[in-house]
Amino acid sequence: MKEIEKEAVIKFVDLSFTYPSRDYIFKKFSFNFFKGERIGLVGLNGSGKTTLFHLIMGLLNPSGGKIEIFGKERKVENDFMEVRERIGLLFQDPDDQLFSPTVAEDIAFGPLNLRKNHQETKKILKETLETLGLAGFEDRITYNLSYGEKRLVSLATVWAMQPEILLLDEPTIWLDEGTIEKIVQILNSHPHLSYIIISHDKKFLKETTNCIYLMDNGKIRKI
Amino acid sequence: MIKEKFSEGDSLFHRLDPRVKIIVALFFSVIVAVSDKYTSLWGALFLAVAAVIVARLRTKEVISRLLVVNSFIFLLWLMLPFTFQGERVYTLGSLGICQEGIKYALLITIKSNSIILVGIALLSTSSIFNLVHALRHLHLPDKLVQLFFFTYRYIHTIHSEYIRLNNALKIRGFKPQTNLHTYKTYAYLVAMMLVRSYDRSKRVYNAMLCRGFKGKFWTLNHFVSKKADFAAGIVMISCIMGLVLLP
Repeated sequence: MKEIEKEAVIKFVDLSFTYPSRDYIFKKFSFNFFKGERIGLVGLNGSGKTTLFHLIMGLLNPSGGKIEIFGKERKVENDFMEVRERIGLLFQDPDDQLFSPTVAEDIAFGPLNLRKNHQETKKILKETLETLGLAGFEDRITYNLSYGEKRLVSLATVWAMQPEILLLDEPTIWLDEGTIEKIVQILNSHPHLSYIIISHDKKFLKETTNCIYLMDNGKIRKI
Repeated sequence: MIKEKFSEGDSLFHRLDPRVKIIVALFFSVIVAVSDKYTSLWGALFLAVAAVIVARLRTKEVISRLLVVNSFIFLLWLMLPFTFQGERVYTLGSLGICQEGIKYALLITIKSNSIILVGIALLSTSSIFNLVHALRHLHLPDKLVQLFFFTYRYIHTIHSEYIRLNNALKIRGFKPQTNLHTYKTYAYLVAMMLVRSYDRSKRVYNAMLCRGFKGKFWTLNHFVSKKADFAAGIVMISCIMGLVLLP
């Protein structure tokens, strides 16, 4: 095994997290994610799967413990800036993700934030749309898209940032079989990509991931 | 969805560079606001009406928007003629109608109607997003531009939450009546609407953070000013200057 693969890129050590007016979601929670891994995450509703993603992205703050990402401890907002540029999170609800008037502008939002210049951004935009089979969608208005289209465009907005790791929160929910198959193909045609997928769709996980973790009562284990 | 009805047409003003339009509309508004010569103001109103005609908008909708503004101005007409001191032209019981007051109310009416009409003809013929981009290109402070953009964006969000909640009421057979149940339901609706829009706005903001947002918007499409835009700007500015020079 190469050196880079031994070091966990995402590392949670003894992490605690609690929402107001609820019991602990995580208590002494530890978890390692290595580069090149493709894992599925299952668990009951409310078991903390989405919370885990939001902790990785720094949208929620743990009440105790340590988060290490890309070999550095991440504590404050500024630490997570770099994380967000290298890890892409796809939200459960596409209406949370899309906010620009047109598809092109929404997809360009990420690359422009990464300070890509115009030519590069337009090139990324074109490539992303082609990869995800959305060519011709550039000038469509985001809030007039169908639900399935919105989900694909949301994926495109994350994809355009060329993240090293993808966090996909229920990517197949309410999608038809054709669109799910499309996502499977996209993921499988990029073998270098690492990702964690939250899903209840067992068939989808089987086709896209190498191993599955179960979250239960604030603990995580391989199944 | 909130429709930007006026921005969908096709006319000289729809094609004009929004930056030119913003500058002209601003210049016009300032000139009209500070001027108190009747000839200039009637001229301004004439220009404003002409601008609306050039923009080829639906008369009915323009009038319905003017009615909103003029309902406020109507209140001034109720107050101003009675409260000014000066020569009385008519006495109504113990109240005297004063000429100065009428003049003043008329002044305000002409001014506000011309400014609104020019706003309709020049500004509302661009989509909100083009205006936002234009403001950014005009080097307005980022914070102000964002405030403008997010106000629009979240009015939209609140509106769509309202529609969802209202549909949820409708499909369960809710009919508004004059009773406690109705009031309570509406109170829940409003409260829920605010809470849900707030949550959604937070989630959208999080999604933006996840894509590397650091407080600055970068624009994808740049405006290209054509010579025609520049010329149209000069012509309009000269017309407005002409107003000032009217006797």
